[in-house]
Amino acid sequence: MSAMVSVRSVRKRFGSLEVLKGVSLDVPEGGVVCVVGPSGSGKSTLLRCVNRLETIDSGRIRVDGELMGFREVDGRLHLLKPAELCRQRRKIGMVFQRFHLFPHMTALENVMEGPCTVRGLSRERARAQASALLERVGLADRAHHYPAQLSGGQQQRVAIARSLAMEPKVMLFDEPTSALDPELVQEVLGVMRDLATSGITMVVVTHEMGFAREAGDHLVFMDDGMIVEEGPPREVLADPRHERTRAFLGQVL
Amino acid sequence: MTELPIDAVRPGRPGRLAAAAVAGLVLVWLAYTIIVNENLHWDVIVAFLFDSRILNGLLVTIALTVLSMVIGVALGVIAAVMQLSDSPVLRGVAGLYTWFFRGTPLLVQLIFWFNIGLVFPVIGIGVPFGGPMLVEWQANALITPFVAAALGLTINEGAYMAEIVRAGIRSVDPGQREAAEALGMSHRQILRRVVLPQAMRVIIPPTGNQFISMLKTTSMVSVIAGAELLTVAQRIYLGNFEVIALLVVASVWYVVLTTVASVGQHFLEKRFSRGEAGR
Repeated sequence: MSAMVSVRSVRKRFGSLEVLKGVSLDVPEGGVVCVVGPSGSGKSTLLRCVNRLETIDSGRIRVDGELMGFREVDGRLHLLKPAELCRQRRKIGMVFQRFHLFPHMTALENVMEGPCTVRGLSRERARAQASALLERVGLADRAHHYPAQLSGGQQQRVAIARSLAMEPKVMLFDEPTSALDPELVQEVLGVMRDLATSGITMVVVTHEMGFAREAGDHLVFMDDGMIVEEGPPREVLADPRHERTRAFLGQVL
Repeated sequence: MTELPIDAVRPGRPGRLAAAAVAGLVLVWLAYTIIVNENLHWDVIVAFLFDSRILNGLLVTIALTVLSMVIGVALGVIAAVMQLSDSPVLRGVAGLYTWFFRGTPLLVQLIFWFNIGLVFPVIGIGVPFGGPMLVEWQANALITPFVAAALGLTINEGAYMAEIVRAGIRSVDPGQREAAEALGMSHRQILRRVVLPQAMRVIIPPTGNQFISMLKTTSMVSVIAGAELLTVAQRIYLGNFEVIALLVVASVWYVVLTTVASVGQHFLEKRFSRGEAGR
């Protein structure tokens, strides 16, 4: 079985600091992988490398069978042109810690932006699709609000709808609830749980161990740029084998 | 529950009262000396306010301002995007442009453009580096005072707008670009749909100031007889010696123009603050 996301021996350094020290990870189609670990462990960087918001120094990343950022011709790698990279990114949705909604557009316009500008959908079809997506994340009545008029939880749900509007094969979540007030976390996790059961492939960097246990089917613990331990979430959480995993879980649970 | 209305006595402010009285008195005294001053020739001012030559000069001033601002803004956007590009050559060319045109006085530039015929007597389109020419013009025929004025003002304005636009683009949260990239948008789409509309909020207020300033800067064109408001006023007072009266006429129109522009600026700023908190 070929993986939807395949990360092979990926290394990445920022200046003299190596943040990924040879990471390999497979996410099967429809799989929900949660990545946990202390801050600075490289988990967000790993996620950003998958859709090439960061370039990698060595290794290979494939999404849906396609090498990200390169084309291989006669055993030699060729950097992709910007337009080809854009086409690859359409398959990958990304949700950011700080939402990054477009502040000059309403919730509806935010969700319509990708389909209209990138996929070339007509405004009518994009509007219908965007309305349905806002309905799905429970925000049909907030369609004409600007981001500044929405709570953090509502903004993040709009951001999820905006990514889904591109009909991606993989959804990446970069600490989607870390910037939220505690009482708003559950509404976002609820939307993500629904998404997890819909069969879309998800990679979730999170500190929400409850979500990882219930919605995830694979848990990865990262520390210091490496994957220290991975396995079924319940097993890793209940009976961590590695000392560093135990120390980390002891602090957050 | 009992209401507890506040009906407090304000403390007296003798200092502020005295300052206001002095300021008011100075204003009244100034107005009085101006109104009763017979050297001002109010009848001449009124007579020339709607003189057809003055109104023509006014039109030229408006035309020069609008033309140089519109093309100047376009130049500024291009130069700003070049300065933020990854290519060191593009960055260098744009940097050289803003460096040179912000580093030399506009007055010098205007006189230079007017006299460009001394350096390039013939201007044409053809193969560069001394190749054959397709079309040619005599510089002295091509560079009229209006053309020289428009060239000087536009190119100078572009250099200042480049800095304003660059600051605007840099003010946009890098996360906005990343979110747009993650949606698969191209560089051009990101600039047009995401970055520039948000940069506008930062770009519009100083651009409005530039516009208002440009309405008055056009008067510098009088050194090359640009036929705008001040040139026309000067021509008239050189004939009838009503120097002050015609300067007042010109000033009245400059104040009218800048006031109208300020009102326009206010509405434009409102329009581009869409989506701001507390809208």
